[in-house]
Amino acid sequence: MSVLKVSGLNKTFSAGGMFRSIGKDKWAVNDVSFTLQAGETLAIVGESGSGKSTTARLAMRLLKTDAGTVCWGEHDVSTLVGKALREHRSHIQMVFQDPFASLNPRMKIWQTVEEGLRVHQPDLSSAQRREKVAETLQLCGLDASGMDRYPHQFSGGQRQRIGIARALIVEPKVLALDEPVSALDVSVQAQILNLLKELQTAKGLAYLFISHDLSVVRHIADRVAVMFAGRIVEQGSAAEVFEHPHHPYTRALLDARPITHPNERQMLAPNEATEATADFGCAYQPRCPYAKNDCSKFDGALNAQGFACLHPLVRHE
Amino acid sequence: MLEIRDLSLSVTIEGNAVEAVSMLSLKLEAGSVLGLVGESGCGKSLTAQSILRLGEHQGVKKSDGDILLDGDSLFEMSDETLRRMRGGRISMVFQEPMTALNPVFTIGSQITEVIRLHLDMSKREATARATELLRDVGMENAEQVLKQYPGALSGGMRQRVLIAMAMAADPDFIIADEPTTALDVSVQKRIIALLLNSQKKRNLGLLLVTHDFGLVAEMCDEVAVMYAGQVVESGPVAEIFNHPAHPYTRALMGCRPEVSEVGQALPVIGGQVPQPGQWPQGCHFAKRCPMAENDCQQSAVAADVWRHGDHIARCLHVAPLQEDNS
Repeated sequence: MSVLKVSGLNKTFSAGGMFRSIGKDKWAVNDVSFTLQAGETLAIVGESGSGKSTTARLAMRLLKTDAGTVCWGEHDVSTLVGKALREHRSHIQMVFQDPFASLNPRMKIWQTVEEGLRVHQPDLSSAQRREKVAETLQLCGLDASGMDRYPHQFSGGQRQRIGIARALIVEPKVLALDEPVSALDVSVQAQILNLLKELQTAKGLAYLFISHDLSVVRHIADRVAVMFAGRIVEQGSAAEVFEHPHHPYTRALLDARPITHPNERQMLAPNEATEATADFGCAYQPRCPYAKNDCSKFDGALNAQGFACLHPLVRHE
Repeated sequence: MLEIRDLSLSVTIEGNAVEAVSMLSLKLEAGSVLGLVGESGCGKSLTAQSILRLGEHQGVKKSDGDILLDGDSLFEMSDETLRRMRGGRISMVFQEPMTALNPVFTIGSQITEVIRLHLDMSKREATARATELLRDVGMENAEQVLKQYPGALSGGMRQRVLIAMAMAADPDFIIADEPTTALDVSVQKRIIALLLNSQKKRNLGLLLVTHDFGLVAEMCDEVAVMYAGQVVESGPVAEIFNHPAHPYTRALMGCRPEVSEVGQALPVIGGQVPQPGQWPQGCHFAKRCPMAENDCQQSAVAADVWRHGDHIARCLHVAPLQEDNS
């Protein structure tokens, strides 16, 4: 059963403000489609600026799409606004990257966590809400006795647990997690990843997991979509994408993973800095070692096997 | 050589001076890379900053020990010598490329300022040197970059500028505090290659402060693992990876997702790093340690209570060495 389905998402941002006349519009997200099934984790990976966070925000209807549809469960929410949209909001919730910036420093923990309840279950009494907050905090591995404290009294890992509790309290089916562990120490990161796994098993949650860290993604994702310059360039099961990448960009991302032992060291030539993308054809061609002439005419669409490349990597058994 | 000898630092918490780094010793030699590894709050950045005597106006004080640059105490330097030392002999690359550059000055003016402060050069010579430095860090269009403001550059590009700037006055030592943490994975490897390349070319001593064992594996010759204000284990990088001795080192290495089995829960370290002022008597890690025994909490444990050549650990119960598990 699909809990989140987006198709043909498009979003352009105009080149900003007072320089509008000289800038050109930038495609942030270009023809992105995916389906998220109940209980599974789909990871969207890519570098900064690839459009992965924008995609998550579009799927959450936090940003307005230029084109395309967003379905939460059975409901097409693409055009809903205001109250009608809010009624469906409990379906999908978000956890942010920075546990220091995403909690209001002047609100006590229970106030932050209960906010969603006030909107989605307005009939609850304040005692009932407090009880529910306590329950949810415990579910996220926090001692409920801390709910009258302020965010600064908690560590980064605990704050991230609070962020997860805030999202879970309205009992969503989908959590969009935007780099939920990249601001944390490895030891704390492991705790949060374990917690997310446990919650998924216990509640049947689906995760839309945004990350640039492929080691983390390998650990948590069932399926992976690799984004580059606003498009999905490869999509498939995590095992398949990690073991047999087709797109040269996926390969490059995998090669950029940290090594695990000093004897895996390879002397890399400190190459020239390229962060270029092409405006026509395959956006990756300026950086691609396999680019040929026809790449500049490629339409960038995913093929049936789930990758967008005219000269894919050959599978080595 | 840069040597930290039995250094203790105190910080001010709610008006009280509390020990945050305790009897710490490190040696960094020219041409080698030393990794200082540990979780947030264990005192590694504090240690790194104390080498440049930063943070003193924020209440960080040396309570014991010394830091020696080629035998001369940094704490006995005059203000003038200190100013020349900072950036001239020892420079620093900070974690946040977004905040470490001044947004209202061009890249060129910020690099040439450092050059002219330390080297006797005319404006023109300094600009030529800045151009060369930027080329060294892989920026082909260096002349253009010099005229730009930091806001026009991406994180990876700014980090390249910061590395160029750290090299500007030809220092002997560089302290890099989480130099790749704020960057994309795809950019990280290039910045690592760049740092190592510059380090080798100039025979620099590099102190790398990080929480990431992947980065240590990539870059370091020597490693010192810090926990709650102390070095708990140190030694050559291959030794540390092949035979991690201290339970904390093992735990920290074990919770990385890249070494874990897919589908299994990640190993975790229960509890939290104790805050300065709340360190237990005896071994600081004992409360979280799966191997702890009664004697661990009785009295302070010496830094080299376990020793195997250059490899030392602050642990009374190091398990017998396992065979190479690489």
